[in-house]
Amino acid sequence: MASLKALKVRITSVKSTQKITKAMKMVAAAKLRRAQMAAEAGRPYAERLAAVMASLASKVTIGPESPKLLAGTGSDRKHLLVVATSERGLAGAFNSNIVRAARKTADALIAEGKEVSFYLIGKKGRAVIQRIYPGKIVHQVDQSHIKNVAFSDAHEVSEDLILRYRRGEFDVAHLFFAKFQSALVQEPTEIQLIPVPLTATPAGTAAAGASAAVEYEPDEEAILAELLPRNIAVQLFRAMLENAASEQGSRMTAMDNATRNAGEMINKLTIQYNRTRQAAITTELIEIIAGAEAL
Amino acid sequence: MALHFELVTPEKLLRSEEVYMVVVPGTEGDFGVLQGHAPFMSVVRTGELAIYSGPTTVSARIRVEGGFAEVSEKGLTVLAESASEA
Repeated sequence: MASLKALKVRITSVKSTQKITKAMKMVAAAKLRRAQMAAEAGRPYAERLAAVMASLASKVTIGPESPKLLAGTGSDRKHLLVVATSERGLAGAFNSNIVRAARKTADALIAEGKEVSFYLIGKKGRAVIQRIYPGKIVHQVDQSHIKNVAFSDAHEVSEDLILRYRRGEFDVAHLFFAKFQSALVQEPTEIQLIPVPLTATPAGTAAAGASAAVEYEPDEEAILAELLPRNIAVQLFRAMLENAASEQGSRMTAMDNATRNAGEMINKLTIQYNRTRQAAITTELIEIIAGAEAL
Repeated sequence: MALHFELVTPEKLLRSEEVYMVVVPGTEGDFGVLQGHAPFMSVVRTGELAIYSGPTTVSARIRVEGGFAEVSEKGLTVLAESASEA
């Protein structure tokens, strides 16, 4: 059995760990609220852009002269997986869930004989991906200096991606991030980034009827060509915002669990400490009584 | 006599209000939008957007950077990449 002194030291150490996890939980909760607000503030823009894209999509037919971002390069041999993770750890299974989703797609693509490379946003996915797919990471975006994600950050990434696309570094880009549902649930999500998937949504058919007389300046194709890179930036921005909220949510839950576990540990150690102390006292008493009787 | 005007950036909904007229810097020239404008869509260039609260009174000027404007029966919506009061 551990000595009284050793137990005391352990209790103190677990208590200070509990203090840290508790503080981290509070910080995550505060940041989560802010991240959620940012995500909500960005929603109107994304919704309107999607509506405009849908109504344009129903008017433009994809032909050989369509912009490459929409029509694709004509092959789908080289795939780029854009994996958005966090810059910091201690967020439960947040990062490993995203990386797992990316690996699943990567393995499926490799099995089909496609070329796969990775483009990382945030540093937490690097170690695993580097180990499993050595030499496949083409670039890593460092976000450690960014406190709150701004649209310009997403814009930079999207311009870099479009440049690489134009240079022919890849044919298809997939984006992986964690969609925020609640503080308890974050769903790893995959969306196709490039070429822009245009689905004639049911809303699009309705909009086409209503906006039949819309005038376009310059014309549909030019507006669409203008919109496509913007759409990619918006998708990235949304993913980053969702990711930020998910990260904080995940960290909050993880730290809540850690605090609770530390509490249980302290209880257990305290009981053990009291029992040991009691046993030591009893032994001492027996020794004294036995000594007195011997006289 | 009011036009519903919304200015949205990716970060937030900047303005949503009733105004008299808005002059938007389009890629093919500035254009003014009054109430009852025909459905219209245009790419916006970097420039100044002027909000009129009356026929001759400019209530605000906003610097917008890239984006596009959409006029529908619901009013004018400007989706700007970034916007700041000038």
